[in-house]
Amino acid sequence: MVRSPLAVLVIDENRIRASIIEAGLREAGHERVTIIHDVIGIARRIAEIEPDVIVIDLENPNRDMLESMFQLSRAVKRPIAMFVDRSDQASIEAAVDAGVSAYVVDGLRQERVKPILDMAVSRFNAFSRMARELEEVRGELENRKVIDRAKGILMKSRGLTEEAAYALLRKTAMNQNRKISDIAQSLVTAAGLLGPMGDE
Amino acid sequence: MSMTAAHQITAGFMPLFDSAVLVAARELGFAAREGVELKLQRETSWANIRDRIAIGHFDVAHMLGPMPLACSLGLTPLASQTIVPFSLGLGGNCVTVSNAVWGGMAAHGAEPDLDPARAGAALGAFIRERAKAGRELLRFAVVHPHSGHNYELRYWLAACGIDPEREIEIVIVPPPFMADALATGRIDGYCVGEPWNSAAVAAGTGHIVTVKALLWKNSPEKVIGARKAWAEENPQALAALLRALHHSARWCQDAANRGDLASLMAEPRFLGQPSVIQMPVLTGHLHLGGGAKRTVEDFFVPFDKAANFPWKSHALWFYTQMVRWGDVAHTPENLAIARDCYRPDLYRAALKPLGVALPGANAKVEGALKAATPVGSAGASLVLGPDGFFDGQIFDPDEIDAYVASQKSGLHPA
Repeated sequence: MVRSPLAVLVIDENRIRASIIEAGLREAGHERVTIIHDVIGIARRIAEIEPDVIVIDLENPNRDMLESMFQLSRAVKRPIAMFVDRSDQASIEAAVDAGVSAYVVDGLRQERVKPILDMAVSRFNAFSRMARELEEVRGELENRKVIDRAKGILMKSRGLTEEAAYALLRKTAMNQNRKISDIAQSLVTAAGLLGPMGDE
Repeated sequence: MSMTAAHQITAGFMPLFDSAVLVAARELGFAAREGVELKLQRETSWANIRDRIAIGHFDVAHMLGPMPLACSLGLTPLASQTIVPFSLGLGGNCVTVSNAVWGGMAAHGAEPDLDPARAGAALGAFIRERAKAGRELLRFAVVHPHSGHNYELRYWLAACGIDPEREIEIVIVPPPFMADALATGRIDGYCVGEPWNSAAVAAGTGHIVTVKALLWKNSPEKVIGARKAWAEENPQALAALLRALHHSARWCQDAANRGDLASLMAEPRFLGQPSVIQMPVLTGHLHLGGGAKRTVEDFFVPFDKAANFPWKSHALWFYTQMVRWGDVAHTPENLAIARDCYRPDLYRAALKPLGVALPGANAKVEGALKAATPVGSAGASLVLGPDGFFDGQIFDPDEIDAYVASQKSGLHPA
């Protein structure tokens, strides 16, 4: 028996994450994937797409509106329930932990939907990891900039070489049991307060 | 906050002013003084609050009054048994319409006086005028199907002869988007809590036409919903939390603290709206739009009038409205679930050591108190009500069948 391909609708205001999910679904062989970023006029879109599965991020403030639409609106021809199977507590917990929720038309078999939800959960987790790493890199870059400015101040005010200035920052940080970037930040702040001695 | 607090409790809340008692319980140290390390997490939808309570991310949450009933009655997906041991206050909502609808209502006799009957009659006349001209239905928004907003809006419309199922469209919009949706013409009116009515008035895009405090005086709104399983396993933590909320609510009610409370709620991590917009809910001095002003008595009551007591009659009134609008069938089983959802016994047990005045009954006849009425109990004084509906109806929780039947004979869904 040939089964018709499932129509999957992804509602996510985060465009990067939405395209990561879309790519995952296409790699898994799902051709009928639609991405919506903005929920204005969504009732009409749902009527056109007739999705079997709807994936939505938990940050989306429109979940209450969507749930009520799934239950009441004539735009949704088939009743849409939530998640694959209410008895599958582990899947539900994994999804909420990852920050994603899924709605599925009534009567769709669990084994057809579960891979989609599992994929969405893993891609959501991957995205969060990526965002966290990006944040760390950004913080690292900021730290490096502050350390460079602190080195400049020391080189200018005390006539040190760059290596000597860095060594002094490192030694001070070790003595005070603080991070080099914290010491550098204190120095930059103090130099700013002292005025013309600072690195203009 | 110390790492050695006796109880760790995680609570979810939505960015609405009536989360104030929960927010102040943590921020003013009332929770810490009761040995509770209270962690607050802001959420973006009621659905998230429901899901996170269900899977144990939250132990308790700021909830719409009918929401724990809907959860316990199994009306929503992924819902868990949820109980209500504490109410977060009375009143606080308004009905706001667009400038165009206000113009239409004014042409049919509406005055900027918040009178529910007069405003409803004018809205009804305007709706029928539009229908005669073949114009599309007005679209009003509420925050959630299982909300006090939805049921009080429908009650008001139906009592004024407007069929909420046929003569108007009711949709769901998240509270922070209401004013914007009104300004851009996607909706024509809404019922929501503050500050989202005053925000539309301040923007010059809306008129407040009536308020919850006049539709049903001193009526229930938000509550603390607790996962039943958690509450049963952690009775001491729950009791400590309820005492902290009691002290917090008293602080929130004190007029001397209004400025501090408005500033606290204005912070970006809570509402992120200017503190001047937080004041009307506390003072009851409302700007209605177009320069009109009115002062509403008991507009929002966080503590007085036994505001925190989880009356079973409040839960049962919500239940009758769920039946009325087809959310749930009226059966002895469902009625029993609704009756057991609000838990005045837990409230009493937690507060008893404080020696404060407590209502002696679990339920009251809603609409019976025409004026504020002192009631004696536990040796201390307590003032209740007034609790009248604007149309003079009485809800007797011992006569549910008759009430449900009387509402069926009026306007009802097909």
